[in-house]
Amino acid sequence: MSDSSKSKEESASLLPPKLKKAAEDFASKTKTRKQSEDFLNLVTSTYIKAKVEPGEGVGVVAAQSLGEPGTQMMMRTKHYAGTAMDVTRGLPRLIEIFDARRTPKTPMMEIYLDKANNTIEKAESMAHRLKETRIKNIMTEMSTDFAKYSVTVTLDRNELKKRNITPKKLENTLVEIYGNRISVEGGNKVVVKTEKKVASLLQKLKEDLRETHLSGIGGISYVVVQKKDRDYILYTSGTNLKDVLLVPGVDSSRTKSNDILEVEKVFGIEAARNMLVEETILTLDDAGLSVDNRHITLVSDTMCADGRVKAVGRHGISGDKASILARASFEETVKHLLKAAAYNEEDPLNGVVENIIVGQVINLGTGVPELIMKKVDEK
Amino acid sequence: MSKFIKSKIDSIEFRMLSPKMIKRMAVAKIITPDTHDTDGYPIKSGLMDPRLGVIDPGLRCRTCKSKMGECPGHFGFIDLARPVIHVGYNKLIYNTLRGTCRPCGRILMPQSDIDDYKLKLREAKDLGAEEFEDMVKKTTTEARKPKACAHCSEKKLKIKFDKPTGYTEDGDRIMPTEIKEWFEKIPDDDILLFGLSPESSRPEWAILTVVPVPPVTTRPSITLETGERSEDDLTHKLVDIIRLNQRLRENIEAGAPHLIVEDQWELVQYHVTTLMDNEVTGVPTARHRSGRPLKTLKQRLKGKEGRFRSSLAGKRVDFSARTVVSPDPNISIDEVGIPYEIATELTIPERITTLNKDRILNYVKNRDKYPGANYVLRPDGRRKRISSESIDEILEELDVGYIVERHLIDGDIVLFNRQPSLHRMSMMAHRARILPGKTFRLNLCVCTPYNADFDGDEMNLHVPQTEEARTEARLLMSVQNQIRSPRFGGPIIGCIHDHISGLYSLSNDEFNSKEAFQLATRAGYTDEFKHGSGKVHGRDIISLFIPDNINMEYTAKDKETVVIQKGVLKKGSIDEKSVGVMSGKLLDEVLRKHGPEGAKVFLNSITKLAIAYLDKRGFTTGLDEEDLPEKTMKEISNVLSGAEKKVDELVSKYRKGKLAPSKGKSVIDTLEELIMVELNNARNKAGTLAKDHLEENNFALLMAKTGARGSMLNITQMSACIGQQAIRGQRILRGYRERTLPHFSRNDLGSRAHGFVTSSYKSGMDPIEFFFHAMGGRESLTDTAMRTPKSGYLQRRLINAMQDIIVDYNETVRDGRGVIIQFSYGEDGIDPAKTDLGRSVNLEKTLKDVENK
Repeated sequence: MSDSSKSKEESASLLPPKLKKAAEDFASKTKTRKQSEDFLNLVTSTYIKAKVEPGEGVGVVAAQSLGEPGTQMMMRTKHYAGTAMDVTRGLPRLIEIFDARRTPKTPMMEIYLDKANNTIEKAESMAHRLKETRIKNIMTEMSTDFAKYSVTVTLDRNELKKRNITPKKLENTLVEIYGNRISVEGGNKVVVKTEKKVASLLQKLKEDLRETHLSGIGGISYVVVQKKDRDYILYTSGTNLKDVLLVPGVDSSRTKSNDILEVEKVFGIEAARNMLVEETILTLDDAGLSVDNRHITLVSDTMCADGRVKAVGRHGISGDKASILARASFEETVKHLLKAAAYNEEDPLNGVVENIIVGQVINLGTGVPELIMKKVDEK
Repeated sequence: MSKFIKSKIDSIEFRMLSPKMIKRMAVAKIITPDTHDTDGYPIKSGLMDPRLGVIDPGLRCRTCKSKMGECPGHFGFIDLARPVIHVGYNKLIYNTLRGTCRPCGRILMPQSDIDDYKLKLREAKDLGAEEFEDMVKKTTTEARKPKACAHCSEKKLKIKFDKPTGYTEDGDRIMPTEIKEWFEKIPDDDILLFGLSPESSRPEWAILTVVPVPPVTTRPSITLETGERSEDDLTHKLVDIIRLNQRLRENIEAGAPHLIVEDQWELVQYHVTTLMDNEVTGVPTARHRSGRPLKTLKQRLKGKEGRFRSSLAGKRVDFSARTVVSPDPNISIDEVGIPYEIATELTIPERITTLNKDRILNYVKNRDKYPGANYVLRPDGRRKRISSESIDEILEELDVGYIVERHLIDGDIVLFNRQPSLHRMSMMAHRARILPGKTFRLNLCVCTPYNADFDGDEMNLHVPQTEEARTEARLLMSVQNQIRSPRFGGPIIGCIHDHISGLYSLSNDEFNSKEAFQLATRAGYTDEFKHGSGKVHGRDIISLFIPDNINMEYTAKDKETVVIQKGVLKKGSIDEKSVGVMSGKLLDEVLRKHGPEGAKVFLNSITKLAIAYLDKRGFTTGLDEEDLPEKTMKEISNVLSGAEKKVDELVSKYRKGKLAPSKGKSVIDTLEELIMVELNNARNKAGTLAKDHLEENNFALLMAKTGARGSMLNITQMSACIGQQAIRGQRILRGYRERTLPHFSRNDLGSRAHGFVTSSYKSGMDPIEFFFHAMGGRESLTDTAMRTPKSGYLQRRLINAMQDIIVDYNETVRDGRGVIIQFSYGEDGIDPAKTDLGRSVNLEKTLKDVENK
């Protein structure tokens, strides 16, 4: 038990501010002064006992704590509650997060609206505005006329209506791009001629036409409005943080994307680190696994320590290690050895595997202290 | 025999071997392609030259005069008639060719740029290997940009790399000899820009003029039973090199036509290439006579079975054992039962002192009879086996200072491990318990951390040999010190299966005092047994083992409140929420208040109590437990057919186009979702019906309710209805055109046609149901089969990325480079293994502690 001779102030001063505050609140609930003192002393001693010890291999513990539950996770993607979107969850998502993939399998955004726009009507109309429409989304047919060097696009009237695009608006957009080469036939046919009368341009024109952007924000293929607490949130499939944040009415302080590299690009490394933590926690919670946040923050911090998001693996943290032997023992053994020789690299033997390889005490746990007793001759 | 660390390897520098160096480190020039003469003796200057080391026992090395096992072997070399390219350095050669000028050997860019980049490179080198590499990449691309040499104005011709080993300049082949001459002209200063350095790696060293011959110790030949000699793959490859090199030389000397010489040269190139790497794309793999691809240098190093992962990062150990595991509820959680056969083989070295002399002498006298000893180590370092011949002599000379390797005895610290070692609880320190039988015995509570069961699992055991190792193992790895998992800060060792069933039943039972006394003593109760004359309640027996200062109130799994006051269970039943793995609140509280030792004692006694009670009462489950009254069966089938009807209604509604799609979904998706919900509800309803009408005292139900084993779903599926079979989270939709099986009409959207199984496991499935069930079953099998290697690889990557990260003395977290990852571990410097589910101090509980004092 704690040393009761210590004064209340003295013992509590060892606690971090937040815990100290909470402990003092609790202490005030006690009946006697003695109890309050005992309580604070007990809190302090418990806290001190719970501190990590120097040399603790927290990296390995974190890796194990995140890796071990992997065997219990599911492989399937799940429907996101209430929306019709598929969301990668479970082990594939965990792998995706640690791989720092350029594009996640199911990119998603959670868009919050600012106070003025936080109504169902405005949210719905915003959803319509955000959803990307290209000609390929609204056409039923595309035909090429080799004689006239033109491409005819037949549009789907229903789709047009659904997406709130008037023929007039469509024509204006197209005229802006194709100028006078365009002509509208009937209500739903658009004919576009090639620039020059060259057959090879036809194919290219066809491709360009299909991909012609009409409205919405690039990359966002689907939007659904959902109410959460007091907010109307737009869930999108496909991400484009940069452009979405510029849309008036979007609350840029709360809007987020599950594409970690995109978050890094738009908001910077600290935001990316927080997204890593958040997404990992979300994935693990979803699988019903409890993992201490300390492990998750440690892995995220390691991934972001060098100022950019690095993957867990050969193209990231492991590939950038200082030790040649550590890299060689992980993957691409021969490549690392040849390169080390050419660049005259030196292995500083600071890490764990390197020292195991050369047969020395490792720099972790009880191997950390360098205090060595001098042998005293007997007699 | 002190093993003080006198010196340490500080760092290892990597360099390329220059031809000069290869010759200097060689002890013999190898010229003869044969290995042995007809008498079986190694040929001098052959590949098995005795100067290259010894591989035969008894012989001494011709070079260093040491015996086999001591002599590390010595290199030789082969002088090539014509130089060849080193495959591993193709990229380097290509870059250098493209960045330098052929006539003058300078880098193509002007001197000012060269100086500029040199400075930048030096700066980058100080920043680390990563930055340096990036800079080198940049300079090499810059170097090849100029169209003409800035120094001699010679026009730069287009260099092309002709895989795998050829280079052309404007279409004309550049022979390795020419490349070598070219590279030799490059001044030392210019080399730096390619990341190379004149002392350690000149580019011309990537063109081999001599091939080092690895020592025979690295390529030992083996003698087959037939007396035939079989050479190592490397030796075969070297033989090829020498033979063709010889032929090439003869041809050159004889003045053979160019074409022939070049063909021969190409062959030497091929063999040198495959000596380094037998998996180069575009080069046919060199094969053994039997057609097996040869395992050459690269193949020896790389991969899981390669030198690095298998021999260097993984070490083999002595003093270890492996056998099947089986349970033993009567040993402590921190003990492990070891068979006599193993205990007499594994030993612990113990030094004779004046205090232990008699005891140890007894071991020596016993010899191989347990508890005996196997070896004696004399102070001069000589080791002697204790045998019937040597025993008298040994007993005579034994004295203080001798070390005796005695058998394992009860209480020795050993490490126990089950693979896959996914977390640190996969290897824990136990106390040995030598028992008859041939299996390792372990307490059932440690099944969870090891993830062991007894369907044939094997486990490994290691015996630490030094006092330091044993102390570390005991202090850091003991089972009781691992009860709290660092993953989430809760107990990972706790009661399972029968322990929970037993304690639950016990807390709802009554005994006369004699029975109660028997139970308590079987669980290890030794204090005075106070009892009145009346009945003793099971709760009171359990209370005997709960420490006195435990006060708590919580909700158990059966939603009833459990009240414990001053260590007495006043109300409620003990189930998974009290003592189970991960969720055991009572166990957690004992651990918090009484530490690892207290928790160990608590676990040992309550598990024994639970088993003792079940021994007495009996506990079993069988098929007849899933019997339901006829009436209930009828009700269930009514529920199910009602659901099927509702599904049909949904389908017809859909067919009529009256089904409104739910938000953001197509109509058909909406229908599918509604059907799934409907059928799931039906199964749940059937399950509830079944549960309510199962016979009293149903063991399966008891296990599900207490969390001992199984779930309500399992019981539902056995007794009432198996339910919807799903693939990828959807009803079964695949199969034939527009239908799942030919037994249904096309476009049947009903429940049966898409995998709804109305039968129960007990009643059995009809063939169609069986088929759908197999489909669903197969998905979960493939899922597991995919998941295991994937999560294994993720774990390996995580470990490799994180293994060097430790907490420094100043509480900062640093990686292997010394870079700070976090200023305080986990942002609060708290070890999760010492927390209460992540909280360093549980204020509520602490407050209670103080109040109840």
